[in-house]
Amino acid sequence: MTADIHLDQKRDAGAVEAAAAPQVATKLRVNDLNLYYGKFQAIKNVTMEIPERQVTAFIGPSGCGKSTLIRCFNRIHDLYEGIRTEGQILLDEHDIYDTGIDLNLLRSRVGMVFQKPTPFPMSVFDNVAFGIRLYEKLSARDLEERVEWALRKAALWNEVKDKLKQSGQALSGGQQQRLCIARTIAVKPEVILLDEPTSALDPISTGYIEDLINELKKDYTIVIVTHNMQQAARISDITAFMYLGSLIECDDTTKIFTQPKESRTEDYITGRYG
Amino acid sequence: MATTNAIQASGLGHLSDATRKRLQRKARIDVWFERTLFAFAFAVLLLLGAIIASLMFSSWPAIQRYGLDFFTENRWAANVEVFGALPAIYGTLLTSFIAIVIAVPVSFGIAIFLTEQCPGFLRQPLSTLIELLAGIPSIIYGMWGMEVLAPLLRTWFPSVFPAGTGLATAGIILAVMIIPFITAVARDVINTVPAVMRESAYGLGCTTWEVTRRVILPSVKGGLVGGVVLGLGRALGETMAVTFVIGNNLFLSTTLTGQGTSIAALIANQFSESDGTQRSALLALGLILFLITFAVLAFARYLLRNSTGRHA
Repeated sequence: MTADIHLDQKRDAGAVEAAAAPQVATKLRVNDLNLYYGKFQAIKNVTMEIPERQVTAFIGPSGCGKSTLIRCFNRIHDLYEGIRTEGQILLDEHDIYDTGIDLNLLRSRVGMVFQKPTPFPMSVFDNVAFGIRLYEKLSARDLEERVEWALRKAALWNEVKDKLKQSGQALSGGQQQRLCIARTIAVKPEVILLDEPTSALDPISTGYIEDLINELKKDYTIVIVTHNMQQAARISDITAFMYLGSLIECDDTTKIFTQPKESRTEDYITGRYG
Repeated sequence: MATTNAIQASGLGHLSDATRKRLQRKARIDVWFERTLFAFAFAVLLLLGAIIASLMFSSWPAIQRYGLDFFTENRWAANVEVFGALPAIYGTLLTSFIAIVIAVPVSFGIAIFLTEQCPGFLRQPLSTLIELLAGIPSIIYGMWGMEVLAPLLRTWFPSVFPAGTGLATAGIILAVMIIPFITAVARDVINTVPAVMRESAYGLGCTTWEVTRRVILPSVKGGLVGGVVLGLGRALGETMAVTFVIGNNLFLSTTLTGQGTSIAALIANQFSESDGTQRSALLALGLILFLITFAVLAFARYLLRNSTGRHA
């Protein structure tokens, strides 16, 4: 009884928000995407939209294709052989699989942070400056400002401002991951893909990064893959549930977690399988 | 309470006699196992010391007779009993240097191609072929150098290689010989860079060149230096192939392409027919080669320690 009341309130709140919120633009549009690793089909007919300046979370059991899907968004799959994709992914309505697309430019617009922090073998400062130097010619002063800005955005500045010259690989795990986020936002991408960014971190570092995601969505479109359903519920606006390569359901996070349309979604979020 | 006291007293708690015996026997075996291991390890040190000692002992007459002149005298003339190590030291260092200058870029290039760019179906066959190159006996390189490479160089660049054979020719042969070694080590260490590291760099919009130059190579600097030193060690001591093509000129010629000699080639040519001061001088040369190789390895260790220390 109480649960029902609770749900109704949630639904009403959602309806009010939907009515009041301005129309959200679509940043990424996936049209009938299929992906094959050799003969194995890892993604099956996925069609969905990812709204601009919102957090879209992908959940689903291991091997369901969620990481594989977001790795299509910056075509990192192209580094490997034997991966074939069909269908379209439109970034601002331009197909990123068009011939003639400059892959390096695409990846500077769609940044990515991985499960394991990957600081480069250089100083903290150079780690952040690395991507900027690839695409912009800034004066030393502007570069310093940009690096500080990125480190502040990533909530790392206070901890590293006195050790900018130290190796980035000497930081703690949580700091390294925030360094990688700083490195990604330093080039001012439009979309940030986060592939289980907190699964290797302790709860305190995880908290930092979740706050950070909340902050970043004002300026960036964020796509996150997570195994942690509470995390998806806490930080995302839209949640997509994938299972065995198919997109089962994609909706407002509140709806997915309170009244999923599909029984498989409900089974997963209530822990019946996973 | 009683049990606690017993445990504190024996440190082991209550044990039956059989168990206690078994434990003691195991402990005895372990002691002998450790002693044996130590003996093996110590034997290597002993051997090293013995080799140095015997080299020093046998070369002592020459060292005593020539002193520091041994290092400055620019000819090796057995008929007048003038023995200078300078031509051989110069030849050894120069040929190895030429070999490294040629081999390092080529080997790194091959290794980067194999790990970063090579289509999958070619990777294994190419790797195997390069490893096979490492298995070719050095005497074959020597014959090839004398029969094929030297005449070619003489025909193509008569002004640079008047004789065909010479220091640079030996350097080129050495380069070919050490390329497989450096390539194999470089390929293996580059393969240790985690895939996500590459993906992060490509994910920022790096080109292959930028990823390689700025991320992959710096990540494995230590291992790469190790590979180069392995090749250098081999080049310094290589005897057979070098003896065939270096020209065996025992007077110092400070050219790059002229004929010369190296420590190993000089020893190989003269040792079996030497006695007295000459033999002692040749042994002193051996000692010098030993020290040069040792210094190179020590220097590499130092570089490796520095580069691993920074990232640890």
